[in-house]
Amino acid sequence: MAGTAPGDTTPAERMAVTFTRVLRGAGLRVPLGSAIAFVDALGKVGIDQRESVYWAGRATLVRRPEDIQLFDRSFAAFWLGAGDRSVSAPAEELHITLAVDDDSDDSDDSDDDAGEANDDPTITLRFSATEVLRHKDFAQYNDDELRMAQELMTQLRFVGPPRRSFRQHSSPHGRRPDLAATVRASLRAGGEPIRRRWREPGQRMRRLVLLLDISGSMEPYARAMLRFVHAAVSGRQRVEAFAIGTRLTRMTKELHSRDPDTALAAASMRVHDWSGGTRLGDCLRTFNDQWGVRGMARGAIVVILSDGWDRGDPMVLADQMQRLQRVCYQTVWVNPLKVTPGYAPLARGMAAALPFVDDFVEGHSLAAMQQLAAVIAGAPLRRETR
Amino acid sequence: MATQPDSPSDVSNALSLHGYIPDDGLATSVFLAMTLRRPLLLEGEAGVGKTEVAKVLSRWTGGELIRLQCYEGIDVSQAVYDWDYSRQLLHLRAAEATGESLGLTTTALEQQLYNERFLLKRALMQAIDHVGEIPPVLLIDEIDRADDEFEAYLLEVLSDYQITVPEIGRFTAVRPPLVILTSNRTRDVHDALKRRCLYHWVEHPDFEREVRIVRMRVPQALERLARQVAGAVETLRTLNLYKPPGVAETIDWAQALAALGRQELDEATVEATLGAVLKYREDQDRTRQHGIADLVKQAFERGFQPS
Repeated sequence: MAGTAPGDTTPAERMAVTFTRVLRGAGLRVPLGSAIAFVDALGKVGIDQRESVYWAGRATLVRRPEDIQLFDRSFAAFWLGAGDRSVSAPAEELHITLAVDDDSDDSDDSDDDAGEANDDPTITLRFSATEVLRHKDFAQYNDDELRMAQELMTQLRFVGPPRRSFRQHSSPHGRRPDLAATVRASLRAGGEPIRRRWREPGQRMRRLVLLLDISGSMEPYARAMLRFVHAAVSGRQRVEAFAIGTRLTRMTKELHSRDPDTALAAASMRVHDWSGGTRLGDCLRTFNDQWGVRGMARGAIVVILSDGWDRGDPMVLADQMQRLQRVCYQTVWVNPLKVTPGYAPLARGMAAALPFVDDFVEGHSLAAMQQLAAVIAGAPLRRETR
Repeated sequence: MATQPDSPSDVSNALSLHGYIPDDGLATSVFLAMTLRRPLLLEGEAGVGKTEVAKVLSRWTGGELIRLQCYEGIDVSQAVYDWDYSRQLLHLRAAEATGESLGLTTTALEQQLYNERFLLKRALMQAIDHVGEIPPVLLIDEIDRADDEFEAYLLEVLSDYQITVPEIGRFTAVRPPLVILTSNRTRDVHDALKRRCLYHWVEHPDFEREVRIVRMRVPQALERLARQVAGAVETLRTLNLYKPPGVAETIDWAQALAALGRQELDEATVEATLGAVLKYREDQDRTRQHGIADLVKQAFERGFQPS
């Protein structure tokens, strides 16, 4: 980065370069363009006052409120260090801590590449294997089956009922005149608008929001369901995914990778509370406050994958479910325990949430997941019965 | 001429003079946006005064305020330009009626139609194609509501301050507009767009600043009332509400109280005017659980001036 000869760097440049390094070392992403903007900004506000330098950095180097804390800490450390040795000393390298990720996937339990020889080339056998797999409970899966299930899940298509979009497009059956196309067509006829063209509103897919419970009680199902969530996220646009445990973690970005192993590894790295407790109500509240009610859940299909065991206050969960249901198009609760004979929603959380769930479905097997896809696709009638 | 501040405190003074009291961070960001000529992206809770920044900048610099409200499905024909098709059709008929079109080739006719005089300029185009000494203030409001594709387009416009209309050619801004983008963060704005912009996260104002804001925006409210209102709102923000009141709500509330002729808070008045500051039934319930009397008492303590 500091490619220029030492002779023609200004103090502001040296300061900018050093500080960006500190930030990068602390784990903040600083693109080159932002670093350059920071230099420009320092040129304008000067480098003598702590306040000015701080705000110049905030305006140019930070792009998310989550990063502010990290920035503040790095800045405090940097400014102290810079004060000691005067700003001109760029020998900051010793302080850089590179975050190296080792491969200890203790939570991701299926990443052995051992089972490949098992592939049976006979198609009929494979088909029947698939059939067995379809109805097998996720909790009974071994790693190979999980892998196969992953492939089958990618074939599931979650196409909900579309909604009308604002954009219009040309259509012979439209009701509104398409003046643009009419003018173009009339030019061909020497200016006579003989043929009238029409347009109609286009359609857009609804957003799909998946909330996956990753607490201890869901453990047998969570790994299969995470694959399901990945299949949904990577296969379609406008899907958002969150993990619910003791806290809420957004994992949409992590799951975007097409390669399931990379995506799952990234997601498990991001989520810190695997197989811990559950605070469904609080997590839903966080979701509602920070994402859902603000816009992400509006008009969307929200799918919650959870067994409904909640250590928090069931009233909180009920309130939050109600809030969620009021803004979204459809709420679907997928409960892998529902299939258990004689199941009644005994979990207090589940019972509290149930009045605000539009569709309550099973989620213990592939077949159940296919059913879920059907429920999502068949949604349009349900809204009226609310 | 374009206003060019010398320092962040210049900006701070000028904005205060025109009815907006910024904190140091915002003043520096605005200063940098003006001197580095970069768009400024403001994020923050609803009601902290993001949109207001653009309005006050327009009042201060004297540049025309051009506002683009984003929504899902917004496209080029609504944000940038469109052709005035009805007039084009009329023109065609007129050309035909006068016999003018007989002597023209299709290409010539086409050139007549796709001419700047049939161009409907929407907000972005108005800001780029602006004539006049003072650069306009372009407010792109709630960018998070627009689609990704639109963001990509915006990125192009904001990097070069250029818009190309295929039938006519390129429009380039003589004096680039001062651009303010706001987002409520319902989704993440694309990183590429953020990199183009300066970024500022707008916080709720601290107590003293909020008092000053109330005093300025609601001059009929007395100092004592302003301090109590700001104090009460400060308490409300700690109650873990669904929608903690923003500055906009504080101002609304102070206005309501002033309109009722109140000079200080009392329990009955707070109860009656709670709807001006809390817009959810659940939030009002929670506040009542906390105790209106307590709220008033805390507001009195906070509003007490040791002078």
